[in-house]
Formats: sequence, structure tokens, C-alpha cells
Amino acid sequence: MIQLILSSQFLFGVLRLTTPIIFATLSCLIAKKAGVRNITIEGTMLCSALGGVAVSAWTQNVWMGLLAGMAVGVGVGLFLGYFHIIMDTDIWLTGIAINQFANGLTVFVMFLITGDKGSTSSLPSLTIPNVHLPLIEKIPIIGQIVSGQSLLTYLAVVLLLVIYILLYKTPLGLRIRAVGEYALAAESVGENADRIKLIALGISGLCASFGGMFMSMSYSSRFARDMVAGRGFIGIAAESMGGGRPMAAAAAALFFGVADSLANILQSFSIPSELLMAIPYLATIVGLVVYSAKKQKDEQRCIQQNIRNETDDKS
Amino acid sequence: MEELILEMKQITKIYGNGVLANEKVDFSVKKGEIHALMGENGAGKSTLMKMLFGIEHPDEGEIFIGGKKVQIKSPTDALNLGIGMVHQHFMLVDSLTVAENMVLRCEPKRGLFIDMGKAVSEAEHIAKKYNFQIDAKAAVSTLPVGMKQRVEILKALYRGAEILILDEPTAVLTPQETEELFRQLKKLRDNGHTIIFISHKIREIKELCDRITILRNGQSKGVYDVTEASVEELSALVVGRDNVKKIEKSKAVPGETMLCVKNLCYGYARKKRILNGVSFSVRRGEILGIAGVEGNGQRELIEIITQLRRNEKGELWLDGQNISAGNVKQFRDLGSGYIPQDRLTYGASTGASIEENLISASSGEKKYHNRGLLSAARIRAYTAQLIREFQIKCDSPRTNVGMLSGGNIQKVVVARELTGDRNLIIADQPTRGIDIKTAAFIHQRLIALRDEGKAVLLVSADLNEIMELSDSLIVMHEGKITAYFPDAEMVTEQELGRYMLGLDRQDEEQIKEVCYE
Repeated sequence: MIQLILSSQFLFGVLRLTTPIIFATLSCLIAKKAGVRNITIEGTMLCSALGGVAVSAWTQNVWMGLLAGMAVGVGVGLFLGYFHIIMDTDIWLTGIAINQFANGLTVFVMFLITGDKGSTSSLPSLTIPNVHLPLIEKIPIIGQIVSGQSLLTYLAVVLLLVIYILLYKTPLGLRIRAVGEYALAAESVGENADRIKLIALGISGLCASFGGMFMSMSYSSRFARDMVAGRGFIGIAAESMGGGRPMAAAAAALFFGVADSLANILQSFSIPSELLMAIPYLATIVGLVVYSAKKQKDEQRCIQQNIRNETDDKS
Repeated sequence: MEELILEMKQITKIYGNGVLANEKVDFSVKKGEIHALMGENGAGKSTLMKMLFGIEHPDEGEIFIGGKKVQIKSPTDALNLGIGMVHQHFMLVDSLTVAENMVLRCEPKRGLFIDMGKAVSEAEHIAKKYNFQIDAKAAVSTLPVGMKQRVEILKALYRGAEILILDEPTAVLTPQETEELFRQLKKLRDNGHTIIFISHKIREIKELCDRITILRNGQSKGVYDVTEASVEELSALVVGRDNVKKIEKSKAVPGETMLCVKNLCYGYARKKRILNGVSFSVRRGEILGIAGVEGNGQRELIEIITQLRRNEKGELWLDGQNISAGNVKQFRDLGSGYIPQDRLTYGASTGASIEENLISASSGEKKYHNRGLLSAARIRAYTAQLIREFQIKCDSPRTNVGMLSGGNIQKVVVARELTGDRNLIIADQPTRGIDIKTAAFIHQRLIALRDEGKAVLLVSADLNEIMELSDSLIVMHEGKITAYFPDAEMVTEQELGRYMLGLDRQDEEQIKEVCYE
């Protein structure tokens, strides 16, 4: 088993399985920076997964499918924004409603298109190509791990950098962070906080859409009901563990990717598959507990520090 | 005649809840002056300034900037007109740096990106120009309050503010920081900026400002030259009563001491004690009033006495029992009633019925029980009597308290707190925001209780109420008792005003007289 884990095949799988979680994490991150808890990532991924498959089958052009999936993602993000920000509905209830809605809607639409409620295997949908990196491919071991991944896996890395730069190096990013932390302050200099939040939710939906399409157009070549299998929610957990820092959040996503991959690889042993399927979710709980314990410790230290400062003030 | 940079004419603002915040207020500021806007809390200063900054909108009246009539619909409009505001609660994003806060929404750009180097150098440049020392790269969360305020001022200047509004800027500063601020404000004035300085501290206004406009109860009480007007004149204008409403009552006959507060100290705010050695006693058969500008420790004092806040230092004695380390139940069991300032948070449960609110404090008593359960019939009988007695207007005792008018909600609170075996009543702003008829009714009830020999401690920001209802008076200023008047009738408004604003204080011996054993 150790051998299996240390194999380049396993690490290749880790990167592959981290991909959708990275997208979900980024989706959660950008919305949270604008002060919106987006829990509809799971549903958004599902909708985009189906949208991409359907349009790619219909147009027989994988890029049209990709574009359509992206549009669906942005649409769901703005849909949430319309209700939560413009109509002022509760974010949790709206989020739950959209997730449930996405669950039912995708099956319904799939049934309309294919007459099948389980998967779109009858559709001639296309897949996003895998890319072999020249030169890097030649490097032993690393080449085997890094090269030959889905285009979307590389996009995930690029998007991580793009989101980082967007947040910390551009005017929009500054405004997003200002609105998310203290909307009144941004409004006092004339910013329209609602507009910024809507933009952030649009970008959030876009990030999630790639994650969904990875599942249906790369990881597998069709859409199946509930195929995202909680990865959207795991992304939320990863974002939370990252404590608002993009790189730390990505690292947390990688941790969940490892768990996911481990569950896959252990299938070759005689361990009940139900137990294996639970690994990523158990990892989520363990991860969150560790994170929360660390956070509490930090907060405690912070309070102690404040008390010390205050006593200094008095003297 | 110097140029008027700003004129607000006949401004009237009525809030949605019917509160008249400003009534036909005229306010004008000359270019290059520091103009004080003075008045007590709730006098309408903040509302007037919010309208100038586009946060609120006047119902009537006109605003002119530099002689031109303008419509200020939003802070953006105000900023474009060269008006900047330093809010009492800073509008800064803590995790961002000083430079980031300053350039937010007018970021210098290089291509698609923020030119952070330029932002920092611009921030430093403007700070240097006005002699502010600031580290532009520091995160705002790491700065002390005085620094944050500077960032706020610089932020406004960066956006090209010609007119700066400062909403009680010294309220959060230490004396040293205040001095520094004043130096900087004077420098800004010398550079041609116009400053509107909101405050209720007369000494600061004397030191800093050129002219002063006084607001009281939403009305302008005139514009004065700070050097010409005397402190007495100004303080009388600020705290004065528009018309004295007499409250009929007989002379008090004080009995034994009921509540005794000994050397209470509490907390720190801006390196000063919030309560600093407060001692007094309240006797049976008298109404002791605590006068003072809000925020001088009254709230903390009342919350400590009522056991809502933990006592840090000093002693509390109620009816001969030491309750220094007591709790709410013990406090109430000794026969105390408490009419809290915030009736919707502490006084009543708006989601519960009138009946439930009235019974809430005594639901543990056996007489309302029937075999371990609450007896609806007994409660109904009791509450029906209270509703009649206190003239609570309602459809049914089962109506939710939240559905009632403010006056009727307060009647529910008062009915519960004044009924039963009471020794001490603590009334904190008992009639604030309530119609005159209900207010008079509550006053009568308090006087009636006093005549029965109960002790009453009254806190009120309403000068008429505190002077007319109290038998004797103490004044609180900056966490200390600064005056004691054994006979409230012997005090004039002007005199009280001077103590309230901290211009005078009695000597220790006189103040000590309020401690009866």
C-alpha cells in the first residue's frame, strides 16, 4: 500500500481529484471576500456540469460547451445574488433552496433531453482534452505526475493565481475586500456595495462552473445525477481552513484531494467500498476540527495580548 | 463680509418614526473657519450633518455650496462637492493598509492593477503636506484610535475635501491626542480648509473654534462668535429648557437610607475610569435624580446597581444587605423595580403578550400556580387589574407587546416594575420618546410611590424631568459625582448646566453630604 501511495500514479490522481475542489474553494473564497457566504457551489457545479455536456453534445464543439457551462455558472451566482442581495432573502435558506433546486432541475433537464434519469451516457457529448506538457513531460517522475492532466487542471492553477492577483493587486479586488469586511466604510466613499457583491458572486459562479465541468467533461465523459458528490461543500470546508488566504485554502484543497485519491486507490484492497467512500468526508470533519482548534488557540492568544496591552495602557 | 462656503436654509427632517430631528434649521459656514455645532445628544447635530453628507435627505429646505444650490443625494455627491466627513465610528477597513483605505475607489492605476507604490507615496505626500505623521503601509487594525482618526481626515483630504465635518472627534481621544488634533485642525484652517466641529464640550469649542451654532431639540438657537459669547450664555443655550413644565408634588420627607453606593469604580475607557469613586445614597421617601450629559458613566452605574454588570470595586448596600457581589434575582427579591432605558431590549419581550410580559417577573410566585402549572385564570385576573390601573390601551391582554405604541409598551414595563412589594425603584430615562400624557402618568406613579415611602433613583437626560421630578439631585461628569443639591428646587438651569458640562464642581465636603448612613 505504501508503494501505491508513493507511486507517480497516485500523485497524478491527487492532482486530478484536487482540481474540482480547488475550483470550489476559489468560488467560495471570492464570494466570502465580498462578505457573502456562498453555499450554492455544489448546486452551481451540478448545473454547469450538465450545461457543458448538453451544449457540447448539441453543437459538437467542446469550446461551445465550455462557454455554455461558464454562462450557467455565472447565471446561478447572479441568481443567488438577485435573491440574497437585491431581494434581501436569508443567505442560508436561499442557498439551501438553490442547491435542492439544482439537484432536481438537472435530473429533470437530463430526462427531457435523454429520457434517462440516471446519466447522459446516450448523449454524444465531448470531453475537454488532456494536455501533454512539452519538456516537462520528459522529466522522470515529475513529468508523469504533472503532464497529461486535463486542461482544466492547469486552468485551476492559473485561476488560483488570477484570483490572488485580482483580490490583492487590482482596484476591484480592493473594493471586494473592503465591501466584504466593512461595507459601510466602502459606501462612505461612494461605493455601491451591492454591485460589488453581485460581481463577486458572478465570479464565484464562474469558478464553480469549471469544477462542475471537470466532473462531467474530463473526470468522466457524461453527466450523472449528483455526480459532484459533495465536492462543492468540501471546497467550502477547504476555504474555511485556509482562513481567507488563497494559497492556504489551495493547500487545504490539496489535502482533500489526497483523501479523495486515497479512497480511490484503496479500492484495490478488500476494504468495504462504503467505508472508503466516506474517507473524503471524514477528512473534512477532521480538517475542520483541527482548524477550529487552532483558531481557538489563536483567538485565546489574541485576547491575552489585548489584556496585556490594556494593562500596559493603564500603567 | 467673508464668503459663505456653505448655507443650509430652513432644513426640516422628520424621520420615518415621526421623530422631528431638525425643524427649520439655518446653518451657514464661512470659508476658512472652524465652526462648532453644539448641542446635547439628540439635539439634531448628527442628522443635520448626515444630510450635508448625503446619508439622510431633508424633507424641506435648501443647501447651497459656494452660493450654488445643490442636491446631495449620496456621499458620492458630497465628496464631489468637496465635503468630507470623519464619522464618530470610523469608516475604515481594518485589515487594509492606511494607503489602501485612503485610495479606496480612487485608486491610482498602472494598467489593470493598482499602483500600490504610487498610492503609498501619494498618501505619504498628503500626510507630509499637512504635517500628519503616519505609516502608510501599516494595517489600520494595528493603529491606535488617534491614528485611525488621522487616517480618516487624510482620507477625506485625499478626495479633495474642502469642507471637513468632524463628528465628536474628541470623544474617543486622550487629552494628548486631542491637543495634537487641534494643532492639526488649526493648520488645516490656515491652509484654507473649512471645518465643522461637532461637540458638546464647551471648553474645547472655546479653544478651537471661531463661531458656534447651537442646536436644541432640533432647532437652531442661534449663531455666536466664540470669543464674544460667555460660557454661561452658551451652556444655558445648550441645556436650557424651552418651556418649563411644572410637575405638582409635595415636599419630600426622606426617611432611612435604602440604597447605598460606596466608592464604586468601574472599567477604563481611553485611559480614564468610566466610574471613578462614585458614592451616594437614596433614602426612603425621596426621588434622587442623576443629572448629566449622557455617556458620563450613568449607564454603567445603573447597570452595576441593577446587577446587570459585574461590580469591580466598591460596595453596594440595599436595605441593609451587602449586594456588592449579588445577582439580579437577589436584587429583585429585595424589592427593587427597574425601568430600563432600552425598553425594547431589557424592558419588554416584544414577541410575548402583554399578559406574559406583566407576569414575567413574578411567574415563580405560588399564587399564580395551580398544581405546578401556571394558572391562566389567576394570571388573567392579575393582569387585567394592572391593565386597568395603568391604562394600557390594547385589544386584548394576549396582544403581543410589539404591536403596542411606545407609550403603551412603557406602561407595560412600568406596571410590572412598580407593582408589588417595592422598596426601591430605579427609573432610567423613564419617559424618553413617549407621549406627554403617558409621561405625566408615569411621573405621577413615581411620585405616588415616593409618598408611600419608597426610594426612587431617577436618571434622565431630559432637563425638565430631572429638575421637576427629583427631590434632590446629583450631577455626574466623567465618571464622578461633581455636585449634590439636597433640594432640587434651589438649582437653576444655568447652574446645573455648568456642572453638567464640567465647568464647575463642588468641593468634596459638599458632595459627601449625599452619603447618608
